[in-house]
Amino acid sequence: MSNSSSGNVGIVIVSHSSKIAEGAADMVRQMVGNAVPLAWTGGDTDGGLGTNVAGILEAIEAAWSPAGVAILVDLGGAETNSEMALEMLAEDRRARVVVCNAPVVEGAVIAATESSGGSSLAAVKRSAEEFYA
Amino acid sequence: MSLDRAARERLVRALAASMIEHAEELTSLDQAIGDGDHGLNMKRGFEAVLATLPGLADKSLPEMLKAIGMTLVMKVGGASGPLVGTFFMELGKALPEQLTRADLIAAADKAIGAVKLRGRSEAGQKTLLDVLVPVQAVFAGGGDARAIAAEAAQAADRTTPMLATRGRASFLGERSIGHMDPGSRSASLLISAAVAALEFEATS
Repeated sequence: MSNSSSGNVGIVIVSHSSKIAEGAADMVRQMVGNAVPLAWTGGDTDGGLGTNVAGILEAIEAAWSPAGVAILVDLGGAETNSEMALEMLAEDRRARVVVCNAPVVEGAVIAATESSGGSSLAAVKRSAEEFYA
Repeated sequence: MSLDRAARERLVRALAASMIEHAEELTSLDQAIGDGDHGLNMKRGFEAVLATLPGLADKSLPEMLKAIGMTLVMKVGGASGPLVGTFFMELGKALPEQLTRADLIAAADKAIGAVKLRGRSEAGQKTLLDVLVPVQAVFAGGGDARAIAAEAAQAADRTTPMLATRGRASFLGERSIGHMDPGSRSASLLISAAVAALEFEATS
């Protein structure tokens, strides 16, 4: 996990595999450096393949930005667990977190690139989702 | 109907035992059409629930159900965590402390509705809803414990010829046909364990 203190939209990467999540985060960093708060999480609570709500909540916290946080997910469980995590956030934060319907690696890179230019949360989400629409 | 502390603990232990005893079977069902972790995930979740005893059973039934749901959400590690966890949490939220059968039927309706929303799914897509929905119909129609358990088992069996259109098995398309849905099987096992534990209360 890593972050930066910029006011840009934060990016959270959620994969069933911690290696995929970490690798995707490496690719994002290569594109945008430290201009975007970034965190990743992957694996179940025992370290196996899967996703877990506690890990996602921690990642949202680590990538938190007043501009909001965009979450990129891989397969179904990552999405379901991310939506669950989102609902468990305090109400004022919940409205500023979105799950993007986009491929995890490409979506994360595009979302981060958009965010690095100071775009809004809605614009970041739209960019990630439009690329493969 | 009310469950005393001993009955609540018995219910928790029965639910957990059903998942722990059937972990390998659930995993092998999931290896056929999913990612092969369902048994392990449910076992991990319910072992975490067991670890919250005895304090868990000190809570009222609604509070206990909410706590079980939260533990499952946090510990299961697959999509079934939020799905099954949501069912327990919403059931707990909707139940009064002193409950009637009608309260339980109404609460189960709400909990099933919440599972549908969480999974953005309906019955017919080869998911746990294919057990929850028909079992609820039998329950609401006045079925006794035996009828409910029988419908749960049959409903899980009926998922075998279904085409999965939601969940990991949907990636397999037609190859999902011919295998029982693991989430339906675990739901069926949990329901059977619950009604067996509750029937014991009603008749003892």
